[in-house]
Parts: sequence; structure tokens; C-alpha cells
Amino acid sequence: MTTDTPTSAIEVRGLEKSFGDVHVLRGVDLDVARGSIFALLGSNGVGKTTLVKILATLLKSDAGTARVAGFDVANDPARVRESFSLTGQFAAVDEILTGRENLALVARLRHLPDPGAVADELLDRFSLTEAGGRRAGTYSGGMRRRLDIAMSLIGDPPVVLLDEPTTGLDPQARQEVWATVERLASGGATVLLTTQYLEEAERLADRIAILHRGRIIADGTLAELKALLPPARVEYVEKQPTLEEVFLAIVGDDPAAPADSPTTTKEQ
Amino acid sequence: MTTHFAGDTAALTGRSLRHILRSPDTIITTAVMPVAMLLLFVYVFGGAIEGDTGSESYVAYLLPGILLITVVSGISYTAFRLFTDLSAGIFERFQTMPVARSSVLWAHVLTSLVANAVALVVVIAVALLMGFRSGASPLAWLGVVGILALFTLALTWLAVIPGLTAKSVDGASGFAYPLLFLPFLSSAFVPTDTMPAPVAAFAEHQPVTSIVDVLRSLLAEQPVGDELWIALAWCIGLLAVAYWGAMAVFHRRSA
Repeated sequence: MTTDTPTSAIEVRGLEKSFGDVHVLRGVDLDVARGSIFALLGSNGVGKTTLVKILATLLKSDAGTARVAGFDVANDPARVRESFSLTGQFAAVDEILTGRENLALVARLRHLPDPGAVADELLDRFSLTEAGGRRAGTYSGGMRRRLDIAMSLIGDPPVVLLDEPTTGLDPQARQEVWATVERLASGGATVLLTTQYLEEAERLADRIAILHRGRIIADGTLAELKALLPPARVEYVEKQPTLEEVFLAIVGDDPAAPADSPTTTKEQ
Repeated sequence: MTTHFAGDTAALTGRSLRHILRSPDTIITTAVMPVAMLLLFVYVFGGAIEGDTGSESYVAYLLPGILLITVVSGISYTAFRLFTDLSAGIFERFQTMPVARSSVLWAHVLTSLVANAVALVVVIAVALLMGFRSGASPLAWLGVVGILALFTLALTWLAVIPGLTAKSVDGASGFAYPLLFLPFLSSAFVPTDTMPAPVAAFAEHQPVTSIVDVLRSLLAEQPVGDELWIALAWCIGLLAVAYWGAMAVFHRRSA
């Protein structure tokens, strides 16, 4: 386990939160190393979003401390807000504004010079240039999520919180999000993502923690978590393609390429 | 963070004004009901009422009350827009950014002032077509604009409360309906001295009556007297209470 060194981008100690009688978080400890991808696993309703909201300064904890980029979320929320960005479970884009206007608005609110140029650069980076002039309400699920993530990257926050970033996305869109998260981490950002998809944690995360009944019950690399179980038996089974592999093979799209096609009919 | 308050509020106000430009129906629906009431009361009931309202035409008598009804129907959109921002998650996105805290609310309030101003101009234009004329001085008009702005500001902050707390769209925009009855229990449509004593007592001591009376005097080039201070006291008192309540709800959200 990582000890509480100043290299932690996120540091949570004994965090507790109740809603009425429901004791959601019962003493959560967590360390996310700078520049790593950290996956927080847990079933629905286990408190992942509550934890993310406390880190994001949207909720106050009942007990314990949380620091993001070295700043205490309770005592120094303004500095925390300058250091992270949040992409929520439901893509929070302004549906009435165009994609470009959404990005420019966020750039203006982050007090960057030349918001228009920032917006154009991000539209290009997320393959949304063509769609940039259309209202975000007409975008497909994958495009919305890309716009959502692009909005949270404005101003290059060192910590990125992604709350179930691929929930409700089709396989191609999910792959796009994964590629984006990997690019973010290779660019030096710290990523904390919550997910219900074990496969997603396995694919992306440097470390994985499991939140269960209000506490972190396991925390380690994938290899460390696997070592918790009895050693694997060797079995020979026929390798069947997964349905996802079949789907992607038939559809024939390069999963790394942006998939705007689902909405071409709406575009004009 | 206060250093960014003006810039952040301007950016967010620009955003919600753009929403209105893209769905101007919200301004039209705001103006439709007051205009319909204006037509109904002037052309259907007006003939029967006119004798009781003194020398001025019934359009001129009616207009101040109709203007307040316009504002009441306009502010429910502030609750609606705020509720929409909350349920869409965009409100939380702004709250997680280094944005001045109350800018998000002020942007909606300023947008309400602009949208209501446009709706009020539409209603006044219809009244002019129906024969309303006023020889009021620029100073008197300034007073009319000021009181309407203060009234809009107070009611908009009131609308922020259901906008932040409602559980459904209907709850968010429905709170204004009871307010629509206040003008009927005031001097807006008929003078209070024709009402039964208890009703008249209520009518004479509620904000709509004093505000309507002041607006009517200003537009009719009559002296306003002490009624002006009573109207201002109502507006400012209401504004202070509504602002305090809205801010309390706003801060409690993150507890």
C-alpha cells in the first residue's frame, strides 16, 4: 500500500458520510499516486458517487479528511476546484448550446485567454470539429461523452475524476473513452474512475480498490488482487470470440477511430 | 474568488440568454396570458366596470396590474430553468469549477430581468394598440421601470427557492400559480372600496395594491405620495427575505 507521502494526488483518511440513517461511507481510506489511473469498483448504490462528490467539493463529509492535489476539500475548496475536473455519471453538457459553445463557456469560466481557440483545439482533438456547430442535444451518446470529457480537460487539471464514464455507452464509444483515459494518464494527469465494469478496471487501472459496505475492502494492483485468490488452475478451453469481438468485427469500424456514424442521419 | 464574480456571472448570463434566444417561445408564453387578460377585461368586462374606475380609460386602469401578472408568469421560467440545470447535471459541473459560487444563481436572476423586460415591452405595446396613452414624464417612466425591476428581482429570487428544491418540473414552475391570484385580491382590476370589508382589508394591505397604485399614479401623472414608500418597502422587504431564503437553500445543498 502507498503510505501517505506527498506524492499522492488524492488522499482520503477515515472518510464518513451518512444520509439520514443510511451510513454510506464508514471510514474510507484511499491513496491515488500522481500520474496513475485508479479504479474504484463497487456495486450500484455502494457510495462510489458519494465519495466522488465529496472529492469534488459538492458534498461535505461527516468525518475524516480528503485532499485533492494536496488541498483539503473542506478547508480549501477553491484551490481544490482549480486542481481537478469531474465528469459525472450523466454527461453534463448544455444541450441547447453547440459543442463549440459548451467548450468555450467552460474555457471562459476557467478564466483562460482566447476561449474560442481552446474550443477549436479540443474539438479537433476529440474529432468533433464537424459537429462543433450543432447543438449538443443532437449528439449520439458517444459524442456527448467525448464532449463531456473534453469539457473537463479544459485548463489541464492535474486530477481527473470520472464517475462511471462508460455507463450506457455502446462498445465503440466505450473504447473511445478508454483511449482518452489512457492518453490523459500518459500526459501526466491522475485519473480516479469509478466503474461497475470489472473489465474496464482490468484494462485501464494501475491500481484497483473495491468499495463495499462503506469501506475499502481491497486495494492493490491487478496482480496483487489476483494473488488474494487461490492460484489459478490450468485448464484447456476452446477460445470463443466474445460477443464484443464479434460485434466489432462485423461492424468493421476501427475502435480507435471516433464513431460519429450513429448520428449522420441527424446531422443535416 | 470574488475577483471573478463579474466575469463568471457575465459568461453564465450569456449562456442562459442564448437559451432564450433559441427558444423565444418562453417570452411569448410569458406575454400571452397577460395579453389575453388585458383583452378579456377591456373588451368583455370593461364596459361594465368602466364607470367605477374614475375618469381614466379602463386600459390605463388595468395596465399596472397586468404588468405585475406578466412578471409573475415570467419568473416561473427562472424556477424551470434552474430545475433543468440541476437535473441535467450542468449545475453541478459549474459548482465543481473555480467559478464564483453565487454566479450560477445571479446569471439566472439577470436572465429573468432581461426576459421579463422584453415580455413587459410586448404587453405595453399591445396596450398602446388598445388605446393606452400616457403623458408621464421621463422621470415618472424611470420610476415605473425601477419599481417593475425591483418587483421582478424580488420575485425572481423567490423563484430560485422552488427552482433549487423542487422534485419535479411541475413543482418548479407551479409555485407561481397562487401568486397569480394576488392581483385579483387587490386594486388591480377594480377599486377596493367595492369589496366586502374583510376582502378590502386584505386587498388594501397587500403588496400588489400599493405597487399597482403607485404605477397607476406615475403613468397617470398623478402625485404618488406615501404609497411610493409603502410599495418600495414591500419590494425591498420581499427581495431581502427571498434572497436570504434562496441563499440559505443554496448553501444547504452542499451540506
